[in-house]
Amino acid sequence: MTDALMTAAIIGVIAMMTWITRALPYLLFSRKSPPPMVAYLGDVLPAAIMIILVVYCLRNTAFATAPYGAPELLSVAVVAAMQLWRKNLLLSIFTGTACYMLLIRTVFPL
Amino acid sequence: MKAFRFAALQTVPIIFAYLFVGLASGLLLNKAGYAPQWAFLSALFIYAGSMQIVMVTLMTSGVSLAVIAVMTLLINARHIFYGISFIEPFRAIGREKGNAWKFPYMALTLTDETYSLLVSLKVPDGIPRGKVQFYILLLCHLLWIFSCTAGAALGQMLPVDMTGIEFSATALFVAVVVNQWREAKTHLPAIIGVSSAILFYFVLGPDQLILPALSVSVIALMILKGRVAPALAKEAAHD
Repeated sequence: MTDALMTAAIIGVIAMMTWITRALPYLLFSRKSPPPMVAYLGDVLPAAIMIILVVYCLRNTAFATAPYGAPELLSVAVVAAMQLWRKNLLLSIFTGTACYMLLIRTVFPL
Repeated sequence: MKAFRFAALQTVPIIFAYLFVGLASGLLLNKAGYAPQWAFLSALFIYAGSMQIVMVTLMTSGVSLAVIAVMTLLINARHIFYGISFIEPFRAIGREKGNAWKFPYMALTLTDETYSLLVSLKVPDGIPRGKVQFYILLLCHLLWIFSCTAGAALGQMLPVDMTGIEFSATALFVAVVVNQWREAKTHLPAIIGVSSAILFYFVLGPDQLILPALSVSVIALMILKGRVAPALAKEAAHD
Protein backbone atom coordinates (compact mmCIF):
# COMPACT_ATOMS: atom_id res chain seq x y z
CA MET A 1 0.00 0.00 0.00
CA THR A 2 1.24 3.50 -0.77
CA ASP A 3 1.70 5.97 2.03
CA ALA A 4 -1.29 8.08 1.00
CA LEU A 5 -3.51 5.02 0.75
CA MET A 6 -2.39 3.78 4.16
CA THR A 7 -3.03 7.21 5.72
CA ALA A 8 -6.49 7.31 4.15
CA ALA A 9 -7.19 3.78 5.38
CA ILE A 10 -6.17 4.68 8.96
CA ILE A 11 -8.36 7.80 8.97
CA GLY A 12 -11.20 5.77 7.46
CA VAL A 13 -10.98 3.02 10.08
CA ILE A 14 -10.81 5.48 12.98
CA ALA A 15 -13.74 7.48 11.58
CA MET A 16 -15.84 4.34 11.09
CA MET A 17 -15.20 3.07 14.62
CA THR A 18 -15.90 6.51 16.10
CA TRP A 19 -19.17 6.67 14.12
CA ILE A 20 -20.16 3.25 15.45
CA THR A 21 -19.72 4.39 19.06
CA ARG A 22 -21.77 7.53 18.37
CA ALA A 23 -24.51 5.77 16.39
CA LEU A 24 -24.96 2.78 18.72
CA PRO A 25 -27.67 4.12 21.04
CA TYR A 26 -29.80 5.19 18.05
CA LEU A 27 -29.24 1.84 16.28
CA LEU A 28 -30.13 -0.18 19.39
CA PHE A 29 -33.47 1.60 19.75
CA SER A 30 -34.15 2.19 16.10
CA ARG A 31 -37.75 1.16 15.54
CA LYS A 32 -40.01 1.82 18.44
CA SER A 33 -39.58 4.54 20.97
CA PRO A 34 -37.01 3.61 23.63
CA PRO A 35 -38.22 1.56 26.62
CA PRO A 36 -38.97 3.48 29.86
CA MET A 37 -35.66 2.40 31.40
CA VAL A 38 -33.70 4.01 28.53
CA ALA A 39 -35.80 7.17 28.68
CA TYR A 40 -35.10 7.32 32.43
CA LEU A 41 -31.36 6.83 31.83
CA GLY A 42 -31.48 9.62 29.25
CA ASP A 43 -32.77 11.93 32.00
CA VAL A 44 -30.36 11.00 34.78
CA LEU A 45 -27.14 10.06 32.94
CA PRO A 46 -25.94 13.58 31.99
CA ALA A 47 -25.38 14.51 35.64
CA ALA A 48 -23.33 11.35 36.22
CA ILE A 49 -21.43 11.64 32.93
CA MET A 50 -20.38 15.28 33.32
CA ILE A 51 -18.85 14.75 36.74
CA ILE A 52 -17.06 11.63 35.47
CA LEU A 53 -15.67 13.77 32.62
CA VAL A 54 -14.28 16.22 35.19
CA VAL A 55 -12.43 13.41 37.00
CA TYR A 56 -11.31 12.10 33.59
CA CYS A 57 -9.86 15.51 32.67
CA LEU A 58 -7.95 15.67 35.95
CA ARG A 59 -6.72 12.07 35.75
CA ASN A 60 -3.14 12.90 34.77
CA THR A 61 -2.68 15.49 37.51
CA ALA A 62 0.31 14.64 39.75
CA PHE A 63 -1.44 14.50 43.11
CA ALA A 64 1.36 12.48 44.75
CA THR A 65 4.19 14.95 44.20
CA ALA A 66 4.56 18.69 44.93
CA PRO A 67 2.57 20.85 44.31
CA TYR A 68 0.04 17.99 44.77
CA GLY A 69 -2.29 19.14 42.03
CA ALA A 70 -2.68 22.60 43.59
CA PRO A 71 -2.90 24.54 40.28
CA GLU A 72 -5.62 22.20 38.98
CA LEU A 73 -7.60 22.05 42.24
CA LEU A 74 -7.40 25.81 42.85
CA SER A 75 -8.48 26.56 39.28
CA VAL A 76 -11.39 24.09 39.51
CA ALA A 77 -12.44 25.88 42.72
CA VAL A 78 -12.26 29.25 40.93
CA VAL A 79 -14.47 27.95 38.09
CA ALA A 80 -17.01 26.51 40.53
CA ALA A 81 -17.08 29.69 42.66
CA MET A 82 -17.45 31.93 39.59
CA GLN A 83 -20.24 29.75 38.22
CA LEU A 84 -22.09 29.83 41.54
CA TRP A 85 -21.62 33.57 41.88
CA ARG A 86 -22.12 34.99 38.38
CA LYS A 87 -23.77 32.03 36.57
CA ASN A 88 -21.97 32.96 33.35
CA LEU A 89 -20.41 29.96 31.60
CA LEU A 90 -17.96 31.95 29.50
CA LEU A 91 -16.81 34.10 32.42
CA SER A 92 -16.24 31.00 34.59
CA ILE A 93 -14.23 29.25 31.89
CA PHE A 94 -12.18 32.35 31.13
CA THR A 95 -11.36 33.14 34.77
CA GLY A 96 -10.54 29.53 35.64
CA THR A 97 -8.32 29.00 32.60
CA ALA A 98 -6.51 32.31 33.12
CA CYS A 99 -5.98 31.34 36.76
CA TYR A 100 -4.54 27.96 35.71
CA MET A 101 -2.22 29.44 33.07
CA LEU A 102 -1.02 32.02 35.56
CA LEU A 103 -0.45 29.51 38.38
CA ILE A 104 1.65 27.11 36.29
CA ARG A 105 3.85 30.03 35.20
CA THR A 106 4.27 31.85 38.50
CA VAL A 107 3.39 30.13 41.78
CA PHE A 108 3.85 26.53 40.63
CA PRO A 109 6.21 26.58 37.64
CA LEU A 110 6.37 23.18 35.88
CA MET B 1 -31.92 33.64 11.96
CA LYS B 2 -32.81 34.14 15.61
CA ALA B 3 -32.02 30.48 16.24
CA PHE B 4 -28.67 30.80 14.45
CA ARG B 5 -27.63 33.87 16.43
CA PHE B 6 -28.65 32.25 19.71
CA ALA B 7 -26.78 29.05 18.80
CA ALA B 8 -23.64 31.00 17.88
CA LEU B 9 -23.64 32.64 21.33
CA GLN B 10 -23.96 29.23 23.02
CA THR B 11 -20.84 27.92 21.25
CA VAL B 12 -18.59 30.70 22.58
CA PRO B 13 -17.59 28.79 25.77
CA ILE B 14 -15.88 26.03 23.81
CA ILE B 15 -14.01 28.22 21.33
CA PHE B 16 -10.82 28.21 23.45
CA ALA B 17 -10.84 24.45 23.97
CA TYR B 18 -11.56 23.66 20.33
CA LEU B 19 -9.03 26.14 18.97
CA PHE B 20 -6.28 24.90 21.23
CA VAL B 21 -6.83 21.14 20.96
CA GLY B 22 -7.52 21.43 17.22
CA LEU B 23 -4.37 23.46 16.60
CA ALA B 24 -2.38 21.01 18.74
CA SER B 25 -3.59 17.94 16.86
CA GLY B 26 -2.96 19.63 13.50
CA LEU B 27 0.48 20.67 14.64
CA LEU B 28 1.32 17.09 15.66
CA LEU B 29 0.32 15.80 12.22
CA ASN B 30 2.46 18.51 10.63
CA LYS B 31 5.44 17.52 12.78
CA ALA B 32 4.98 13.88 11.79
CA GLY B 33 5.25 14.95 8.15
CA TYR B 34 1.61 14.86 7.04
CA ALA B 35 0.09 17.48 4.70
CA PRO B 36 -2.77 19.72 5.94
CA GLN B 37 -5.40 17.85 3.89
CA TRP B 38 -5.04 14.88 6.26
CA ALA B 39 -5.79 17.13 9.23
CA PHE B 40 -8.81 18.45 7.32
CA LEU B 41 -10.12 14.95 6.54
CA SER B 42 -9.53 13.74 10.13
CA ALA B 43 -11.38 16.74 11.55
CA LEU B 44 -14.25 16.34 9.08
CA PHE B 45 -14.77 12.59 9.49
CA ILE B 46 -13.31 11.59 12.87
CA TYR B 47 -14.03 14.74 14.90
CA ALA B 48 -12.69 13.45 18.22
CA GLY B 49 -9.86 15.40 19.83
CA SER B 50 -8.04 12.85 21.94
CA MET B 51 -8.45 10.20 19.23
CA GLN B 52 -6.92 12.44 16.56
CA ILE B 53 -3.91 13.00 18.80
CA VAL B 54 -3.53 9.26 19.43
CA MET B 55 -3.91 8.75 15.66
CA VAL B 56 -0.61 10.52 14.96
CA THR B 57 1.19 8.00 17.18
CA LEU B 58 -0.62 5.12 15.50
CA MET B 59 0.27 6.39 12.01
CA THR B 60 3.96 6.63 12.77
CA SER B 61 4.20 3.40 14.77
CA GLY B 62 3.07 1.06 11.97
CA VAL B 63 0.48 -0.94 13.94
CA SER B 64 -2.13 -2.88 11.94
CA LEU B 65 -5.56 -1.53 10.99
CA ALA B 66 -7.20 -4.14 13.21
CA VAL B 67 -5.34 -2.89 16.27
CA ILE B 68 -6.22 0.70 15.33
CA ALA B 69 -9.90 -0.29 15.06
CA VAL B 70 -9.93 -1.90 18.52
CA MET B 71 -8.06 1.00 20.12
CA THR B 72 -10.51 3.49 18.61
CA LEU B 73 -13.46 1.53 19.99
CA LEU B 74 -11.90 1.48 23.47
CA ILE B 75 -10.94 5.17 23.49
CA ASN B 76 -14.26 6.39 22.10
CA ALA B 77 -16.66 3.93 23.76
CA ARG B 78 -17.73 6.67 26.20
CA HIS B 79 -19.65 8.25 23.30
CA ILE B 80 -22.13 5.36 23.46
CA PHE B 81 -23.46 6.85 26.69
CA TYR B 82 -23.95 10.35 25.24
CA GLY B 83 -26.54 9.47 22.60
CA ILE B 84 -28.92 7.92 25.16
CA SER B 85 -30.19 11.38 26.14
CA PHE B 86 -30.85 12.47 22.55
CA ILE B 87 -32.55 9.47 20.91
CA GLU B 88 -36.01 11.02 20.70
CA PRO B 89 -35.05 14.72 20.19
CA PHE B 90 -32.66 14.02 17.30
CA ARG B 91 -35.01 11.51 15.68
CA ALA B 92 -37.82 14.06 15.85
CA ILE B 93 -35.65 16.55 13.93
CA GLY B 94 -34.92 13.88 11.31
CA ARG B 95 -38.65 13.31 10.80
CA GLU B 96 -39.18 16.91 9.66
CA LYS B 97 -39.54 17.35 5.91
CA GLY B 98 -36.18 17.66 4.14
CA ASN B 99 -34.29 17.24 7.39
CA ALA B 100 -33.71 13.48 7.33
CA TRP B 101 -29.92 13.95 6.97
CA LYS B 102 -29.79 16.08 10.10
CA PHE B 103 -30.55 13.09 12.33
CA PRO B 104 -27.37 11.11 11.47
CA TYR B 105 -25.35 14.33 11.28
CA MET B 106 -26.35 15.38 14.79
CA ALA B 107 -25.84 11.87 16.17
CA LEU B 108 -22.31 11.72 14.73
CA THR B 109 -21.20 15.18 15.88
CA LEU B 110 -21.88 14.66 19.59
CA THR B 111 -18.46 15.08 21.25
CA ASP B 112 -17.47 15.56 24.91
CA GLU B 113 -17.74 19.32 24.47
CA THR B 114 -20.89 19.53 22.31
CA TYR B 115 -22.59 17.00 24.60
CA SER B 116 -21.91 19.22 27.61
CA LEU B 117 -23.27 22.27 25.74
CA LEU B 118 -26.45 20.45 24.72
CA VAL B 119 -27.25 18.92 28.11
CA SER B 120 -27.04 22.35 29.73
CA LEU B 121 -28.84 24.19 26.91
CA LYS B 122 -31.70 26.49 27.91
CA VAL B 123 -33.64 27.85 24.95
CA PRO B 124 -35.92 30.89 25.41
CA ASP B 125 -39.55 30.65 24.29
CA GLY B 126 -40.10 31.38 20.62
CA ILE B 127 -36.81 29.92 19.40
CA PRO B 128 -37.04 26.34 18.09
CA ARG B 129 -34.85 24.09 20.25
CA GLY B 130 -34.07 21.59 17.48
CA LYS B 131 -32.73 24.31 15.20
CA VAL B 132 -30.51 25.69 17.98
CA GLN B 133 -29.12 22.21 18.70
CA PHE B 134 -28.39 21.67 15.01
CA TYR B 135 -26.64 25.03 14.57
CA ILE B 136 -24.55 24.47 17.71
CA LEU B 137 -23.37 21.10 16.42
CA LEU B 138 -22.67 22.49 12.93
CA LEU B 139 -20.76 25.56 14.17
CA CYS B 140 -18.64 23.52 16.58
CA HIS B 141 -17.80 21.04 13.82
CA LEU B 142 -16.77 23.86 11.45
CA LEU B 143 -14.66 25.47 14.17
CA TRP B 144 -12.96 22.12 14.80
CA ILE B 145 -12.24 21.59 11.08
CA PHE B 146 -10.81 25.09 10.89
CA SER B 147 -8.52 24.78 13.91
CA CYS B 148 -7.18 21.31 13.00
CA THR B 149 -6.44 22.40 9.44
CA ALA B 150 -4.91 25.68 10.59
CA GLY B 151 -2.67 23.82 13.05
CA ALA B 152 -1.35 21.57 10.29
CA ALA B 153 -0.97 24.43 7.80
CA LEU B 154 0.75 26.85 10.14
CA GLY B 155 2.98 24.25 11.75
CA GLN B 156 5.71 25.76 13.85
CA MET B 157 4.70 29.32 12.96
CA LEU B 158 2.12 29.26 15.77
CA PRO B 159 2.40 32.18 18.15
CA VAL B 160 3.50 32.25 21.78
CA ASP B 161 3.33 29.73 24.56
CA MET B 162 -0.27 28.72 25.15
CA THR B 163 0.49 25.93 27.63
CA GLY B 164 -2.39 25.48 30.01
CA ILE B 165 -5.16 26.71 27.74
CA GLU B 166 -6.30 23.09 27.43
CA PHE B 167 -7.65 23.59 30.96
CA SER B 168 -10.59 25.43 29.35
CA ALA B 169 -12.21 22.07 28.50
CA THR B 170 -11.99 21.00 32.15
CA ALA B 171 -13.35 24.41 33.17
CA LEU B 172 -16.35 23.99 30.83
CA PHE B 173 -17.16 20.59 32.34
CA VAL B 174 -16.81 21.92 35.92
CA ALA B 175 -19.12 24.86 35.18
CA VAL B 176 -21.72 22.53 33.64
CA VAL B 177 -21.51 20.26 36.70
CA VAL B 178 -22.13 23.27 38.97
CA ASN B 179 -25.20 24.23 36.90
CA GLN B 180 -26.51 20.68 36.97
CA TRP B 181 -25.94 20.41 40.71
CA ARG B 182 -27.83 23.62 41.40
CA GLU B 183 -30.79 22.62 39.26
CA ALA B 184 -30.84 18.92 40.11
CA LYS B 185 -33.98 17.42 41.55
CA THR B 186 -31.84 14.70 43.08
CA HIS B 187 -28.06 14.64 43.56
CA LEU B 188 -27.84 10.85 43.40
CA PRO B 189 -26.73 10.63 39.72
CA ALA B 190 -23.84 13.07 40.31
CA ILE B 191 -22.83 11.36 43.55
CA ILE B 192 -22.88 7.94 41.87
CA GLY B 193 -20.82 9.31 38.96
CA VAL B 194 -18.13 10.96 41.04
CA SER B 195 -17.82 8.03 43.48
CA SER B 196 -17.43 5.46 40.72
CA ALA B 197 -14.91 7.66 38.86
CA ILE B 198 -12.79 8.12 42.00
CA LEU B 199 -13.11 4.43 42.89
CA PHE B 200 -11.81 3.30 39.49
CA TYR B 201 -9.11 5.99 39.52
CA PHE B 202 -7.61 4.20 42.50
CA VAL B 203 -8.49 0.61 41.55
CA LEU B 204 -7.59 0.59 37.84
CA GLY B 205 -5.47 3.72 37.44
CA PRO B 206 -6.04 7.08 35.73
CA ASP B 207 -6.14 5.85 32.12
CA GLN B 208 -8.60 3.02 32.70
CA LEU B 209 -11.22 4.81 34.77
CA ILE B 210 -13.76 6.17 32.32
CA LEU B 211 -15.47 3.08 30.85
CA PRO B 212 -15.86 1.18 34.15
CA ALA B 213 -17.06 4.38 35.85
CA LEU B 214 -19.69 5.01 33.14
CA SER B 215 -20.83 1.37 33.12
CA VAL B 216 -21.10 1.10 36.90
CA SER B 217 -23.00 4.41 37.02
CA VAL B 218 -25.52 3.12 34.47
CA ILE B 219 -26.00 -0.10 36.44
CA ALA B 220 -26.28 1.73 39.79
CA LEU B 221 -28.81 4.19 38.33
CA MET B 222 -30.86 1.30 36.92
CA ILE B 223 -30.86 -0.47 40.31
CA LEU B 224 -31.78 2.78 42.09
CA LYS B 225 -34.50 3.73 39.58
CA GLY B 226 -37.12 3.15 42.28
CA ARG B 227 -35.52 5.89 44.38
CA VAL B 228 -34.32 8.31 41.68
CA ALA B 229 -37.34 8.37 39.34
CA PRO B 230 -39.88 9.40 42.03
CA ALA B 231 -37.55 12.24 43.11
CA LEU B 232 -37.53 13.53 39.51
CA ALA B 233 -41.33 13.32 39.23
CA LYS B 234 -41.99 14.89 42.64
CA GLU B 235 -40.01 18.07 42.01
CA ALA B 236 -41.42 18.36 38.49
CA ALA B 237 -44.87 18.72 40.06
CA HIS B 238 -43.62 21.72 42.04
CA ASP B 239 -42.34 23.61 39.00
